[in-house]
Amino acid sequence: MNLDELLYWLGVIVVSAPTVMVVLLGAVSLLSGKFSERAIGRIVQICVIVGLLSSLLILGLMLTNDRRHVAVNLGNLVHLHGSQFDQGYHFAIKFIFDRLSVPFAILSFLLCGVIGAFATRYMHREQGFNRFFTLYAIFVLGMIVTSLAGTIETLFVGWELVGLSSALLVAFFHERSAPVRNGLRVWIVYRISDAALLTASVVMHHMTGFGDFDKMMGIESWPDQTPIINPHQALIVGSLLLVSAAGKSALVPFSGWLPRAMEGPTPSSAVFYGALSVHLGAFLLLRTSPLLDSSPLLSAIVVVLGLLTAIFAAVAGRVQTDIKSALSFASLTQVGIITAEIGLGLRYIPLIHILGHACLRTLQFVRAPTLLHDYRLMENALGERISARPAGEKLFSERVRVWSYRFALERGYLDALLVKFIVTPLLGTLRFCDRCERRWTDFLAGGQSRESESRELQTSPVEELI
Amino acid sequence: MTLHFPGLEFAVMLPLLGAIFVNLLRDPLRARHASVIITGITLFIALATWIDFAYVGGKIARDPNDLVRWLTGHELFDIDQLSAPLLPLVALLYFLTTLTTLHIKIRRFSFALNLLSEGLVLATFSCKEYSWAIIALMALSTIPPLVELRSRNKPLRVYLIHMSLFVALMVGGQLLIDSYHGEAVPAWAVAPLMAAVLIRSGILPFHCWVTDLFEHASFGTALLFVTPITGAYAAVHLILPVADTELLRAMGLLSLATAVYTAGMALVQREARRLFCYLFLSHSALVLMGLEMIQPYGLTGALCVWLSVGLSLGGFGLTLRALESRRGRLLLHDFQGLYDQTPTLAVCFALLGLASVGFPCTIGFIGMEMLVDGAVETYPSVGIAVVIAAALNGIAVIHTYFLIFTGTRHRSMISLRIGWRERTAVLVLVALILLGGIIPQPGVHSRHLASQEILEARNPKPIPGDVVKAEADED
Repeated sequence: MNLDELLYWLGVIVVSAPTVMVVLLGAVSLLSGKFSERAIGRIVQICVIVGLLSSLLILGLMLTNDRRHVAVNLGNLVHLHGSQFDQGYHFAIKFIFDRLSVPFAILSFLLCGVIGAFATRYMHREQGFNRFFTLYAIFVLGMIVTSLAGTIETLFVGWELVGLSSALLVAFFHERSAPVRNGLRVWIVYRISDAALLTASVVMHHMTGFGDFDKMMGIESWPDQTPIINPHQALIVGSLLLVSAAGKSALVPFSGWLPRAMEGPTPSSAVFYGALSVHLGAFLLLRTSPLLDSSPLLSAIVVVLGLLTAIFAAVAGRVQTDIKSALSFASLTQVGIITAEIGLGLRYIPLIHILGHACLRTLQFVRAPTLLHDYRLMENALGERISARPAGEKLFSERVRVWSYRFALERGYLDALLVKFIVTPLLGTLRFCDRCERRWTDFLAGGQSRESESRELQTSPVEELI
Repeated sequence: MTLHFPGLEFAVMLPLLGAIFVNLLRDPLRARHASVIITGITLFIALATWIDFAYVGGKIARDPNDLVRWLTGHELFDIDQLSAPLLPLVALLYFLTTLTTLHIKIRRFSFALNLLSEGLVLATFSCKEYSWAIIALMALSTIPPLVELRSRNKPLRVYLIHMSLFVALMVGGQLLIDSYHGEAVPAWAVAPLMAAVLIRSGILPFHCWVTDLFEHASFGTALLFVTPITGAYAAVHLILPVADTELLRAMGLLSLATAVYTAGMALVQREARRLFCYLFLSHSALVLMGLEMIQPYGLTGALCVWLSVGLSLGGFGLTLRALESRRGRLLLHDFQGLYDQTPTLAVCFALLGLASVGFPCTIGFIGMEMLVDGAVETYPSVGIAVVIAAALNGIAVIHTYFLIFTGTRHRSMISLRIGWRERTAVLVLVALILLGGIIPQPGVHSRHLASQEILEARNPKPIPGDVVKAEADED
């Protein structure tokens, strides 16, 4: 077996490992079966370790053989031959291993492995143990597919899997309404993000005729690529990608979902919103960074958005009263800075920043439930209480401080503004249309046409009839 | 080409004869049992016919020893790339709906009318060359829901007005087109037929009859009347061969507007049937838009979405119907927390709903991608609205999932778990949508061939002899 074949098969194993995990856990859930907690822990452990070791082997082989770009083409999911009416169509499943994707994939496996091991204990005897790990497996698969995607369509597949699993994990404790409402909010923002990415993918396809990153961004390996589209086209596609990245990474104005996402179990908050998921937007910007290089305006927008997010999160984070929300805003501050770094044309620094920040934040999140215990230990060691004095107390007038406090407490009024100017008018218009339709059908029917809405929900009487 | 077995005629005749037999049965339990057997055999025959067609090859095939030809002198039924998978799809939907009809519903659900309706839809999808036969069958298939509404003393004016208009416009439109005797038909002359198709497909502003039907008819009847998207079939065979491209694309814009509007309306519904109805209208409008674009990728995408919507929304409707059987009409005012009672149904509900919006790894994914691709190429400025419609539908699906299955914990005196019939039905559909998503090539390839045939029908290849003759004339 030569080097190329070895790299190919290792690449296949990297992608297959989380796929096997999804199939095993998903099929059992679907068929109402149940693995024991121990078996689930083993499956997760084996799949993640196999994937991690394969990724590390690929990294080692690439470094020792001076390979900067390895493409693993799994063939076409769909291939239609051209005819007199069209030029054919193909949907390729292709993965690339380069200086961006390999570290990100290793990070994903590493953190997911750690959190998987942590969660098997943390979630012990939890009613939704199976469900948690099924969603966890979908998330790992989504992360790996997104990290290694060689085409924008493949990236979209992973992007959607991450979105769905994240939203359902936020709503994990689904017997309460608050997590469910927050899960829905996350899902809505992710759908906007997905729609922007799909649009960018289609627009890029129409501009270049390709969906492959290595064709769209030039033949060199990341980050020394040159896109084949002009600055104007780069601005259009880049703006759509930026919207998509903003949704996924909770950049302004979509920041409201991040603290809400903390309703989920701590392991999922740690790995998703503290470490991996929240960096996906930055990863997308890095993957398509040649577009930023060719459009200074787009780069400037990215810098401004990153800095705005960082400032907003730093201010909002200072007034949070629970540790998970405080950590989520601290994460967001760093993500904002990473985004600004990408806009400034840096490539390796943001990547290193992501890797370091993700590891630190994961540690902080998994320690979060024992914060009081940790504080007690520290205070015992110090022999006095740890007190934090507010910074800048004398720098600003009281009016500014009160305003800043309210601004931070209301999380920049971002959610309120979105609700007031987008959600309420949209739903109001739709409800008005619904009322008009009702009047129209009442008129045609010559009486009331919607009796069902005025009925009470039936409970026991119907059940007793079955 | 000739099939090896007369499967088409059997598939059409069996439910029609079965309807007569079941109508004679007085015991509803026996009627359900007989219906399950008849629809099951019909499904088997439809599948066998599809396989037979694939084995025979070619673009179109007919039954051997055609009974209908012997009776009428015309070869009424044939199978082509378009209809080949649609026949088993229709048969599967009817079979699963019959199978999952619970004891509590068997007195309300007419099995005889259901079989009659199946026979008529299968006959419609087996009809290709005779426009008047398609029109007659589509007109006849409007009758079973009407009979049901009447027998249950439900208001039928909204349905009756729309369906009368539909039939009148179809007949008038076809008469108008026939008056041109094969010459080019002006756009205004296609308009009545186009309007008929828009009514049947529930395109704005003719969509209110669909919500009204779901409000008053039994869920099973309404579901089976709309999910095969018969209006799209009429569009392919009655409109596309004669209509001007510009007119079609203008109608495509109307369908696109309907897709977005109804997707938005799905967000504000307070009752599950109406929500399903708007979700379905949005998807059927997308299918119609794809057909009207007359663009290769868009057309292939629309045909793929047609199949995926049939399976996924058919299954989605069946899960809602199963829940309704347990809880009565499902109001979406507040959380109901049914997850712990029916976990399998909850998972299948979410999967089927997501499949309908083209979620990755499900059957609708590639079709939706191609549809978006075609829409952006045909309508550069507004084509992206397809993405908006899909996003809104996705939000509506998960919103409904949360409302029905989560948010609280439903406590009941008895178990609400699904029985083996319902479990089998939803799991079969989920298996099909996942299989179609993981191995999409056969399905997409067959839809691509069907789209090529539709395009060829609009732009027939010049016959070599004619080319020689035309060149000679020029000389």
